[in-house]
Amino acid sequence: MNGKYLTHDPIDLAAFLAEARPSDGAVCLFVGVVRNESEGEETVAIEYQAYEEMAELELAHVVASVSHEWPGAFVRICHRVGRLSVGEPSVAILVTAPHRDTAFAACRLAIEWLKETVPIWKREIRPDGSGEWVEPKSPSLLSEGRTPLSDTLFNPKWRQEDLP
Amino acid sequence: MKVRILYFASFRDAAGRPEEVREVPPGTRISDLWEILAREIPAFGRFPRMPPAAVNRLSTVAFHTLEDGDEVAYLPPVAGG
Repeated sequence: MNGKYLTHDPIDLAAFLAEARPSDGAVCLFVGVVRNESEGEETVAIEYQAYEEMAELELAHVVASVSHEWPGAFVRICHRVGRLSVGEPSVAILVTAPHRDTAFAACRLAIEWLKETVPIWKREIRPDGSGEWVEPKSPSLLSEGRTPLSDTLFNPKWRQEDLP
Repeated sequence: MKVRILYFASFRDAAGRPEEVREVPPGTRISDLWEILAREIPAFGRFPRMPPAAVNRLSTVAFHTLEDGDEVAYLPPVAGG
């Protein structure tokens, strides 16, 4: 079941690029792609699994947070789940803005925040079919017991219905 | 009271199932429930303390007291993007 930010289908990058507004002078598109190697071992595919209902909320919050941090930026995110082959996009983050400073910075912020806070996991699959769930080396924001979404609910600055 | 526990990634492999419904006494904290599960699932024992967790899709703290009908998820280190 596809949500607003998660999809089980291939990501339509052309549709992302069509989102620029007339006022936008800069369009920044980050695409995460499955690559063929990790830690010296060959990867043939990556399996992405998500806590989908929570990931939808957290991705909405990434968009809201980045937009708040970079006024004037339009942010759109799509993350794919399921089994993806080498070369297939796993995530697309679009930021459009009047100027490039905002677009570049907001796009970078969005992917870094996504990686810290969104409940999505990946398993790198080797040629023999084996594969381990990837565990990042440094602790994430999620491990602090609070995420931007939780902060929002305790922060009167934003109400939940303001989330995109 | 009943809580629904969701498992993901390495925790799902260790538990052998994507989810379960568990009966717990009132006053059970999310950390107490983890200790119960860790006694049953050996792989969970490698975490000296409770991993990050969410109740009803909001990340929370160890002393969060559970309520009837809560949806609980213990979260392995995230790796999206």
